[in-house]
Amino acid sequence: MPSRRSLWASIDGVTVILFILLMFLGWINIYASVYDQEHQNIFDTTQRYGKQLIWIGAALVLGFFILIVDSNFYVFFAWIIYGAVMLLLLLVLVFGTVVNGAKGWFMLGSFGFQPAEFAKFATALALASYMNVHGFKLQQFKSLLFVSIIIFLPALLILIQNDTGSALVFFSFVLVLYREGLSGIVLFFGTLLVALFVLTLVVSNLFLSILLLVAAQIVFYAVNARYKQYWIVPTIYAGSIFPFIIVNLASGSKFDWGDLITAGEILGTLIVVGYAFRKKLTQYLTVSFIFLGSLLFIISVDYVFYNVLVEHQQSRINELLGIHSDPLGAGYNVNQSKIAIGSGGFFGKGFLNGTQTKFDFVPEQDTDFIFCTVGEEWGFVGSLVVIGLFLALFYRLIWLAERQKSGFSRIYGYSVVVILFFHFMVNIGMTIGIMPVIGIPLPFFSYGGSSLWSFTILLFIFIRLDASRYEKF
Amino acid sequence: MDTFSKRKYYVLAIFFGIGIIYLVKLFSLQVISSKYKESATNNVLREIIQYPARGLIYDRNGELMVINKPAYDLLVTPRELEHFDTIAFCNLAEISKEELIAGIKKAKDYSTYKPSTLVKQIPPESFAFLQEKLYKFKGFHVQLRTLREYTHPAAAHVLGYVSEVNESDITKDEYYKSGDYIGASGIEKTYEKQLRGIKGIEKQLVDVHNRIQGSYNEGAEDIPAQIGTDLVTTLDAALQHYAEALFVNKKGSVVAIEPSTGEVLALVSAPTYDPGLLVGRVRGTNYNILLEDETKPLFNRALQAKYPPGSTFKIINSLIGLQTGAINTYTRFTCNGKGSTPIRCTHSHGGSANVVEGIRESCNPFMWNAFRSVINLERKPADGFKKWREYVESFGIGTIVSSDFAHALPGDLPTIEMYNKWYGEGHWNALTVRSLAIGQGELGITPLQMANVGAIVANRGYYYPPHLVREVKGDTVSSMFKVKKYTKIDPENFEPIIEGMRELIANKLTAVAGVPGVEMCGKTGTVQNNGADHSVFTAFAPIISPKIAIFVYVENSGWGASYAAPMASLMVEKYLNDTIATSRKPIEKRMLEANMINPGQ
Ligand SMILES: [Zn+2]
Repeated sequence: MPSRRSLWASIDGVTVILFILLMFLGWINIYASVYDQEHQNIFDTTQRYGKQLIWIGAALVLGFFILIVDSNFYVFFAWIIYGAVMLLLLLVLVFGTVVNGAKGWFMLGSFGFQPAEFAKFATALALASYMNVHGFKLQQFKSLLFVSIIIFLPALLILIQNDTGSALVFFSFVLVLYREGLSGIVLFFGTLLVALFVLTLVVSNLFLSILLLVAAQIVFYAVNARYKQYWIVPTIYAGSIFPFIIVNLASGSKFDWGDLITAGEILGTLIVVGYAFRKKLTQYLTVSFIFLGSLLFIISVDYVFYNVLVEHQQSRINELLGIHSDPLGAGYNVNQSKIAIGSGGFFGKGFLNGTQTKFDFVPEQDTDFIFCTVGEEWGFVGSLVVIGLFLALFYRLIWLAERQKSGFSRIYGYSVVVILFFHFMVNIGMTIGIMPVIGIPLPFFSYGGSSLWSFTILLFIFIRLDASRYEKF
Repeated sequence: MDTFSKRKYYVLAIFFGIGIIYLVKLFSLQVISSKYKESATNNVLREIIQYPARGLIYDRNGELMVINKPAYDLLVTPRELEHFDTIAFCNLAEISKEELIAGIKKAKDYSTYKPSTLVKQIPPESFAFLQEKLYKFKGFHVQLRTLREYTHPAAAHVLGYVSEVNESDITKDEYYKSGDYIGASGIEKTYEKQLRGIKGIEKQLVDVHNRIQGSYNEGAEDIPAQIGTDLVTTLDAALQHYAEALFVNKKGSVVAIEPSTGEVLALVSAPTYDPGLLVGRVRGTNYNILLEDETKPLFNRALQAKYPPGSTFKIINSLIGLQTGAINTYTRFTCNGKGSTPIRCTHSHGGSANVVEGIRESCNPFMWNAFRSVINLERKPADGFKKWREYVESFGIGTIVSSDFAHALPGDLPTIEMYNKWYGEGHWNALTVRSLAIGQGELGITPLQMANVGAIVANRGYYYPPHLVREVKGDTVSSMFKVKKYTKIDPENFEPIIEGMRELIANKLTAVAGVPGVEMCGKTGTVQNNGADHSVFTAFAPIISPKIAIFVYVENSGWGASYAAPMASLMVEKYLNDTIATSRKPIEKRMLEANMINPGQ
């Protein structure tokens, strides 16, 4: 056991300073965003900035307590913590209170407690614990299955609460898995799916099906360029699609051309699969399956989007993809947010001089859209500083994670940084119009005790683990 | 050993890649693009409250009585203020520099970004000029309000007035915000909810030059104002004006009611005032002047003065006597004129009187005996009194009949408890409270209540609650006005009383109170008082299907026939005949010119 003196000496000061800096900047921006002259006292606890100050104080105390706990505690109790949080996530579905449309809060008087916030570090601990077993190989099917369950069980429970934003955060663990050996192919498929998803909604399905067909032909050729009978596959597709065209022309374009071509492509791909199987052309088989999967994926996206999602969900996605340019409709929030940030200019309007983030032009101006206040009052310089601080924190955390001897600490460290990064990416991206409007807070910045404490716990457990990196566990 | 350590570079590449993309995007938003800066300068949001015009008020014949006129409030939003030429501004806004400084300080204390009123109710003439120059002064803007305007300076006590809300109004009803107007008395108060309409809110985007750029969010968040509902009062404007003219330089009250509906045709409390005095910027000053006036023009005598009814109350006592069987139409009581005890007769009319004569001659000895008989029907005087009191109460006396009067009082009707306290239980009897027999003593009845007694007699036993509004446009008027209320007196018992009242006018008061072509029934009263007697008169006409019941009270003007009866008859004549007969012009002139407040002038 290290002495107390050596514990404090081995704490990473850079991370702690970045953490305090971000909280402080968040707090003064909350003050600016709700500032009015009736309540000028920055310590006024009836106002949100006064409350945030209390929560910051509480977060520091919380951080201190996390540091004085023996680091082995987090290792040994990882599963118990995970289990307890999962139980809370279940209980909140029954006994919880609905806040902002999500049934995710336990209300004890005026004090609210949101289990979803604590699911993040609990999942990180469980994941680190599971993956740190000697001889663990992520490539094994069983390992992957368990890892998926650990990650997506809380995500699913949170999704049932109707808190999509918090559920999406769990996708960020994919980057942890990647660092721990998950095939780059998974990332490739992830990217492919996202790209297909976006294309399905942005371009017409006729164009998309032709685009995919052309891309597939190129890939078929590329994967086996030495194959003499390269013309066979295009011929199969031509032969499969042609009858559909004839039928539709004969019926006077009764069917949607996009649907019809897609159907032809599916038929063609099935024939190609049979052909490749007989000729033992494994590369063709792989490509065929990817192509077939892509086609089925775009069909399901199309179906889900227009038949399952409700209107405001559709319009949010549409807004993100720039499909409807409707400044006073669904894109209104983003438009106002961009106006606020854009109006800041290079140096900003100065502290408390923002006009857009007051008067309720910007919604949720002290929570999800807190970055608007930074942009408006501190300008590009302020944006640069805030983004710079976050990137510095991420860099520092990865650097810390990589210096861990224990896999547990490293995996946990990566989990921390990817969760923080995901919030950072979605939150700021949303305010500048390149991410969908998903209501998740900017770590350490946004107003709210529950999220601040959960980020503090998340971060300080890692600082604690790092402080005892020379111990063995 | 960790074989995937190199992947940290890929992860870092993703982080920094996103960070750089965001910074590029931010640079383009904040530094390169000018689109958003322009949008932002347009974006100063101003919430403009849309004050709806109050509902108009009509008389029963569709003549407009109360309308609206525009006025403008000058508002200041402290945080939008910039250095400006204060002298030029003060000249423009017609205020002193001190007022401006104090006003801005007050506005800042309230809120820096919400507008506060600096100058209230600027009339349209000044506004036109102000509007032209106001663009030079950032942080100031004007807001349209409406003020009341009266087509005639009349009916102040019926219509009431509108004032700014006070703290308690705001606490009671969250609809009201500081600076709002509220009906503070009269119909304006009772029908406040209908008249006020509903305030709206318009969110506007205003540019740096204080010019409105359009509505915010395409007006999606605007709440349109709803204009107030118009009212039709029961008043007959012509009769009201005539009654007020007759009451010039007199103190007292008149209330006229249509017996078949309970609709108040005219209601005057004199001295009255021009309702226009309590409108706009002059309201405060004028209100204080009226408040300090010794003749109490703000006091609504018609609804609140507790007058002893005097001999007009003999109608009620006689009816109770007949109904209880204490007397009948054959009952005669002796009268020794001025020698009668315990109450002397003020008239000399032969040696005895029956009920008809008792009413006609206003015979005090008859009334005393009838009253004593009623009280003595029970073994204990207190029980007899209790019964008598119940009958009186059924006339709507000593209670408030639910209606639409803002400040009506119940008046005073003595109770057993009161007399027990005064005299001791079992130590008082009819003789002790004999003043009640002739409508004096502890009785305090409002003119509205006595006018209603006239309507009850006209209707032979029932009344509709007297009220002031006959129609709320597009809505139904309260159904409580349509419910007949019965007294405890049977219809046949009214006939001898009515006969007495008829004979009084036909035989004795024709000269002063006879209305040509109309058979009117009436009863005079002369109320003893510390100063000069009050002149009282109650009447209804015509005798068959009565159209009007009227009660007139003229303070300190002598006996009933001197002023109250002629004035009542003139009003009846005006209402039923539309004009005053030439033969009656001298009486009319005398009544119009009489000055009872400063008799010498
Ligand atoms: Zn007599």
